[in-house]
Amino acid sequence: MKFLHLVWRNLTRKKLRTILTIGSIFVAFLLYGILGAVKLALVGGVEFADANRLVTRHRVSIIQPLPVSYQARIARIPGVNLVTHQSWFGGIYQDPKNFFPNMAVEPETFWEMNPEFTMPADQKEAWQRTRTGAIVGVTTANRFGWKIGDRIPLNAPIWPSKSGGAWEFDIVGIFEGTKKVADTSAMYFRFDAFDEGRVYGTGQTGWFQIRVDDPQRAAAIVAAIDEEFANSPAETKTEPEGAFMQGFASQVGDIGTIVTAILGAVFFTILLVAGNTMAQSVRERVEEIGVLKAMGFTNGLVLAVVLGESMLIACVGGAIGLGLALLATSGGSPVPAMFPVFYIPTPHAIVGVVLIVALGVIAGVLPAVQAMRLRVAEALRRGG
Amino acid sequence: MSTAPRNGVLVHIEGVDKTFRRGSEEIHVLSGLNLEVKAGEFLALMGPSGSGKSTLLNLIGGLDRATRGTVAIGGDRVDQMSDRQLAGWRARHIGFVFQFYNLLPVLTAESNVELPLLLTHLSKAERRQHVETALRVVGLTHRTKAYPRTLSGGEQQRVGIARAIVTDPTILLCDEPTGDLDRKTGDEILSLLQALNREQGKTIIMVTHDPHASHRASRTVYLNKGQLFAEAPE
Repeated sequence: MKFLHLVWRNLTRKKLRTILTIGSIFVAFLLYGILGAVKLALVGGVEFADANRLVTRHRVSIIQPLPVSYQARIARIPGVNLVTHQSWFGGIYQDPKNFFPNMAVEPETFWEMNPEFTMPADQKEAWQRTRTGAIVGVTTANRFGWKIGDRIPLNAPIWPSKSGGAWEFDIVGIFEGTKKVADTSAMYFRFDAFDEGRVYGTGQTGWFQIRVDDPQRAAAIVAAIDEEFANSPAETKTEPEGAFMQGFASQVGDIGTIVTAILGAVFFTILLVAGNTMAQSVRERVEEIGVLKAMGFTNGLVLAVVLGESMLIACVGGAIGLGLALLATSGGSPVPAMFPVFYIPTPHAIVGVVLIVALGVIAGVLPAVQAMRLRVAEALRRGG
Repeated sequence: MSTAPRNGVLVHIEGVDKTFRRGSEEIHVLSGLNLEVKAGEFLALMGPSGSGKSTLLNLIGGLDRATRGTVAIGGDRVDQMSDRQLAGWRARHIGFVFQFYNLLPVLTAESNVELPLLLTHLSKAERRQHVETALRVVGLTHRTKAYPRTLSGGEQQRVGIARAIVTDPTILLCDEPTGDLDRKTGDEILSLLQALNREQGKTIIMVTHDPHASHRASRTVYLNKGQLFAEAPE
């Protein structure tokens, strides 16, 4: 610690250069943090998908419906523990810009199938009792200022109601996530009321959620389900939930690769910038390094001082960048409609800290070794 | 390592050669050089440019290695030490004063003086006390917070001397300490070195071009073409 003052003061030698280098590192780590949250928002569902859950959809496309009657047949397949289904509603609240996912589901099986959501027991009971009842995630409730007892009108262009007007739902519960990654932007309402109220499509649903006893047997169960409906008018495609979500995410491209490529380019550039700063800094003070060695600074200590400078630059820039990214994402998503789950996952932040340290070491190691190897007499001669 | 003088001799150099290689050419800077310096002596080392004065000073200070021969300071064989041992030995026994002061521009006068103490186990308070004492000896207690760029040449050299004496080294090695100063300021610096020698018994070896400076020393030796002479060669 007693050398920290020397390390710090060496960085103030060329203030502008140090500030610009720290600024570059700050921007790189701010970008790293924000892109981590964006990546989670786009593909987080894949990473955190429940290994025990499968999804069965129409073989042709997710928008093709399946008969609700499949539910009982799937339930009979050995290894299947629970089956429920969901239907995409596509309801619009006031304006298409106010997008949030809304689905018709079975309240009886919903909670057992989706333990990542939770809601007080009295609200669950109210949902069972109320045919027009809907539950809404806390993100969307906060977004629109909805509370229990509110009646919400939704227009559904793909599902006109028999009444001819907007669909109306009574908010009977507001659910939260039991995991940070849980998407609490959706609204769920009862399938029975939806099925009864729609003009066409009665007895059809969007997809089935299936819980299996043993994820190790998932492949066999997937095959058995699709076999069950082979050569029928509505053939199925069953896949693990993670693969199902990956299919959704892939519509925007391979997010993981894109983010990694961007960050790779950024960090490579930053490495060159920081490395150049350190190399210049050592070149400029060959004589000073000679003086330090003449005083008795060992080669190892000189190495440590130069590496310390590099580490300090990386730590200051990286900590501010990553810290600001954490702060910016701690308040939730700035665009809940687009990115309902938006935060920097802990492993991503830990990798960020490791990257800060690695950047400091790699950028400083060559100049530090150069300084360490300087012969004292030669350094003093070169300086003089 | 004792660094205790043997029979009053602190620096013992015997049969020292120093050869530099420039491409395929070998340059013999010192040849079979012998020198003894007694503890408490103030030795001036004179000679023309390129005669090997600074090289000899570097060998005594353990900054460079002799090609052949013995360099012993007290009981310590400097020529046989590893780089790491030499660094530790220098920190304990040698104080360097340079022609161009060689202060770190980013540190204040007191932080510059404190630098060698960072290599000791002294506490912060003890280091501060030592720094104050050293700056008092050189008469610079009023400029402790000043950066080198705001100090005059004489003041910078005083800081350089304070830095050299702050660890109470066995020997002060001064490489043209007045070479960058005007006569009056140079005289002040020489008086300071003389006082350190006479009042505190510091052994000083000073390289200089200036006969006026050498008169302040208790003995002067002359180096020419790698050889030492007790009197200036013709």
